[in-house]
Amino acid sequence: MSREVIRSAAWGLGTTATLAVLILLGSRNLAHFDAALVAYTFSILFATFGLTYRYAMWLSRPPTAMYWRRGWQAFFRRGWRLRNARFWLSRMSLDVVANRFIFKRDRLRGLTHMLIMWGCILAVAITFPLVFGWLHFRPVAGDLSLYEAVVFGFPAFRFPHDSAAAFFLFHGLVWASFLVIAGVMLAVRRRLRDEGAAAVQRFVEDFLPLFLLFAVSLTGLMLTASYTWMKGYGFTFIAILHAATVIATFLWLPFGKFFHIFQRPAQLGVGFYKDVGRSEEKAHCRRCGHAFTSKMHVLDLISVEKELGYRYELEGEAEHYQWICPPCRRASFAMAQGLAWQVHRGGASPPSDQPIPMPIHVNPGVGEGPLGDEDAENFHP
Amino acid sequence: MPLAEKLHFFVDLSRCIGCQSCIQACTECDTHKGQSMIQLDFVDRANSTQTAPVVCMHCESPTCAEVCPADAIKRTEDGIVQTARKPRCISCNNCVLACPFGVPKMNTEMNLMMKCDMCYDRTSVGLKPMCASVCPSQALAFTTLDEMARLRPNAKPVNTFKFGAQTIHTRVKVMVPADAPKETVDVTAAMYERTIGHDILDDVFGEGPVFGEEEA
Repeated sequence: MSREVIRSAAWGLGTTATLAVLILLGSRNLAHFDAALVAYTFSILFATFGLTYRYAMWLSRPPTAMYWRRGWQAFFRRGWRLRNARFWLSRMSLDVVANRFIFKRDRLRGLTHMLIMWGCILAVAITFPLVFGWLHFRPVAGDLSLYEAVVFGFPAFRFPHDSAAAFFLFHGLVWASFLVIAGVMLAVRRRLRDEGAAAVQRFVEDFLPLFLLFAVSLTGLMLTASYTWMKGYGFTFIAILHAATVIATFLWLPFGKFFHIFQRPAQLGVGFYKDVGRSEEKAHCRRCGHAFTSKMHVLDLISVEKELGYRYELEGEAEHYQWICPPCRRASFAMAQGLAWQVHRGGASPPSDQPIPMPIHVNPGVGEGPLGDEDAENFHP
Repeated sequence: MPLAEKLHFFVDLSRCIGCQSCIQACTECDTHKGQSMIQLDFVDRANSTQTAPVVCMHCESPTCAEVCPADAIKRTEDGIVQTARKPRCISCNNCVLACPFGVPKMNTEMNLMMKCDMCYDRTSVGLKPMCASVCPSQALAFTTLDEMARLRPNAKPVNTFKFGAQTIHTRVKVMVPADAPKETVDVTAAMYERTIGHDILDDVFGEGPVFGEEEA
């Protein structure tokens, strides 16, 4: 068994044990733990182990380890901390909370993601504390028209049980289901109609998570329908069915598409890394001499590539292929192939005393050349 | 549906006439609507009309995927290195800078790497990629090995490239002269060349072995 596996398993066990202790603490030694929800609790504990294990294994990959380290170094850089905290808040709000970058990809896609994401967040915020015994409601002694919410063993707030607030609170999962079902419908619609998506999508990676979310939401709504309008018809069966769908979703968390929920925040670290890169020395292409990305990025990539077993080292002044900018790589490729044909097709190279020119895009127009500022910098159009 | 094993993408950069048809056609592809993934450069604008059309070469051991910290780039069983998975890509730019052929693009606003995926929506059902279907000089071609051998008897496909000490094998093939002594294209050996003019009329319009005539 490799060191990474042992270390990741240890992280997994540690996190799971911590959650178990918090469950004991928050439910006051299981005094407020709902025994009917025990299957949910154990599936979440398993998912916690799986997620931590996979996350730790993911972090042990050379490029991920490099970015993880560099991201934190950039965030805690001396003299940048206040600025970084401000940027963290703004990027967190725009990219994570408001899904700005997904709306930029496609507005309908952004809406789809928003509906699913906020539906799931609402559902998790309600169910996890309930399942762990961290949240329960009790009637207020002396005034049975009031309910009291108890969070982590401490009385939090009171409300009349027949108020609108109570209605919205107790039906929180219904609202979450509406959001998720609407989002899933839009997502499936796109996957059925978009030929680009149809070409690359896979059942397990792309449809299964949607079906799971739909099944959880639908069976949850069926429970509400059963006890509200059907006098509890089939309630036990629906409850078991609902539990099965929820547990399957939890167990699937570490393996499939849902894992992006935990990977995605790395985008924030990348942002800080790029900020530092922009403020520091540039790398200069050792073919055309033009500046492109940051020197730090080139050096980090050289180190990652070596660790991965790539041997892009060059003899002579260039030292490493990573010091060659992307347009010069493409030009070198064209030169190598062109040289092979030179004997047959002719063509003379111009005098060699001139400096090597910088290749430029034939059409640097919108959507046809660089796709943004970073490309413009790296591709020098 | 996987890409048929017998179908191959052939690139002959020196046949490119710089017409930009590939760029326009590429924007029509459904997997990256409205944005071209073709990298078409003037190699030395001041001295030459030489243009280099570069598409993803679909490496067997893709450096872009290996250096991706988010595990966002996957290679399918049929050898296609797909563009970044949208939920995973964290737009770090590693792939853009590490690709030995300089192919991927970074859509900064979308926080998403985008690159040629050989029009998988088309090629997986037996159609040609958009660029190959419009390229007038067939610098970009998509067909079978037999058909290519018939059409270009003076050329042979090669899919091994050297970058310094690193050898890379690709699914996409590059056309070199049939009598070329090596089965490898040494990219970095030609790195300091400036530009190469050429006359492509011979094998664009030539039916027979033009080179043979020259020899005679």
